[in-house]
Amino acid sequence: MYRYDEFDHAFVNERVAEFRDQVERRLAGQLTEEEFRPLRLRNGLYLQLHAYMLRIAVPYGVLSPRQLRQLAMIGRKWDRGYGHFTTRQNLQFNWVKLVDIPDVLAALAEVEMHCIQTSGNCVRNVTADPYAAAAVDELEDPRAWCEILRQWSTLHPEFSWLPRKFKIAISGAAEDRAATAFHDIGLRIVRGPNGENGFRVLVGGGMGRTPYVGQEIKSFLPKEHLLSYIESILRVYNLHGRRDNIHKARIKILVNALGIDKFREDVEADWEATHKDAIDLPEDEKRRIMSYFAPPELPERPARDEALAARRESDPAFANWYKHNVLPHRVPGYASVVISLKEPGRTPGDASSDTMDFVADLTERFGHNEARVNYTQNLILPHVARADILELYEALAGAGCATGNNELLGDMICCPGLDYCNLANARSIPIAKEIAKRFEDPARQEEIGKLRLNMSGCINACGHHHSGNIGILGVDKKGTELYQITLGGNPKDSASVGTIIGPGFRAEAVPQAIDTIVDTYIDNRHEGESFLETWRRVGAAPFKEALYGAR
Amino acid sequence: MPSVVTANRLTDGIVVYLAADGEWTEEIANARVADDEAETKALEAIADNAVRERVVVGPYPMVVGLKDDGAIDPLSVRERIRAAHRTTLTKDWYDVPL
Repeated sequence: MYRYDEFDHAFVNERVAEFRDQVERRLAGQLTEEEFRPLRLRNGLYLQLHAYMLRIAVPYGVLSPRQLRQLAMIGRKWDRGYGHFTTRQNLQFNWVKLVDIPDVLAALAEVEMHCIQTSGNCVRNVTADPYAAAAVDELEDPRAWCEILRQWSTLHPEFSWLPRKFKIAISGAAEDRAATAFHDIGLRIVRGPNGENGFRVLVGGGMGRTPYVGQEIKSFLPKEHLLSYIESILRVYNLHGRRDNIHKARIKILVNALGIDKFREDVEADWEATHKDAIDLPEDEKRRIMSYFAPPELPERPARDEALAARRESDPAFANWYKHNVLPHRVPGYASVVISLKEPGRTPGDASSDTMDFVADLTERFGHNEARVNYTQNLILPHVARADILELYEALAGAGCATGNNELLGDMICCPGLDYCNLANARSIPIAKEIAKRFEDPARQEEIGKLRLNMSGCINACGHHHSGNIGILGVDKKGTELYQITLGGNPKDSASVGTIIGPGFRAEAVPQAIDTIVDTYIDNRHEGESFLETWRRVGAAPFKEALYGAR
Repeated sequence: MPSVVTANRLTDGIVVYLAADGEWTEEIANARVADDEAETKALEAIADNAVRERVVVGPYPMVVGLKDDGAIDPLSVRERIRAAHRTTLTKDWYDVPL
């Protein structure tokens, strides 16, 4: 993984010192809250419902055991012993004290982490396919490009005060596991006309109150032009994006107001005028960054493990976990293993300090010193020898981390909602827990098959409800929490925004409504058909009938 | 309508209420209840001063209910959650029914 050089260390340490001074001045009364707020937000520090919340970037979702242990330590020493992995591969601590933040940032800097640009109207943490360098369908590792974009965008003088925040995701694989179509810019690494790799560039995707699927602005961008082309997109957005209305300030609004063709024309014109002279990334710098992302040396291990096969025959719980949480690896004899943070009863995405330490140990014992965070709020060990899987499973099961529900209904994405968030209108965590309880039986989830259920506690859509096959949105209706259900969203290829199925449900009625929707799917599906395929074939009518027919 | 003034404490962000003794309390039960608009304004003035003194941030008055035994009812789900300080656990079914 990427290691800070002398410049990176000096930069992050200077930033910690700068914020320490700003906190001291705030506490001494030299800065008012109005003056301090934008400074703290630039360092990822929010004031939420109950306390300060610190959002820590996990660049492209990669964590070393040293970093995991430091996060665990921070959670114990300065928070309440747990953190929350978010849908943008970040980690949030919910209870940190303002007076402790400078020490927390210094502790993060020790392990090459920071919170810079995890808030504010700037380019945020660039996210990636969590199976990078492991997936069988990968064309090229996206992480080096994420790192290049991170270095380019950090404190970029022209793009530090955009009309609104800006999110970029990159996938280098055939299957989109980074929800690229729902980002301000989505990058897909694809094979070009001459056999070389480049980027398919999507722009204007997003969630929030006005969800859009990103549109293709360039079908193939040679890699050497990535920075200058993105710069042109950001420049056009910076000039023409709306600053008069926060709800219309994201690039998706501009792209859809102009139309993708006009937007492309503007970007191409800017690019033509500037990129010839622009210095894209110097070749030796590119090589330097790329060198950090060489795949790990994986010693040859047996591709078939008889003990694994036998255990799958004899132990249904193991067989279920293996089926869903063990994914093929491009190196024979290896697999990627999903550590679910969605055990029934658990707040989706929460991890205790003990769990973080535990996963750090596992990465050292079985995972070649690397863990990943998925935007679906789980952890992943990307490189595990198949011969070690049984031992790993025993360890996970002993720690309550062997829930075999990856990509199943129980693998819900869920934002913190009104239990933590100042922006939320309704709770999401208790609803997720009630749904988890309803579908606790693994056999029921197995019967349903893969299904993405996403839930947000407000229209800002941190819980990606728009892209859930089933989406749940909490709203406040005259003081009562009400939950609107959308169907047919899809975060992957052929991405789509879900359709509101009808009037909302009160909290206590949501699990039954989900049950009804699932039953309707099962009743209507053809053999082997996914929820999305059934929905696209039969439409809303049978679901409406099942949910509201008796009304 | 009965009201109390709430805010977040500057140093740690914890939810607090202006208490009868002019201090800030984490317990809504100890909050000072203003019975009318004039009294609410007086509490707000105390809170504004506490902002200047760097004790709290973001104070605002909120209408509350008073139960038969005099206990303060925060009324909205949001304020019930704030008053409870924590409503959900990392690894357990949720602990504070609302």
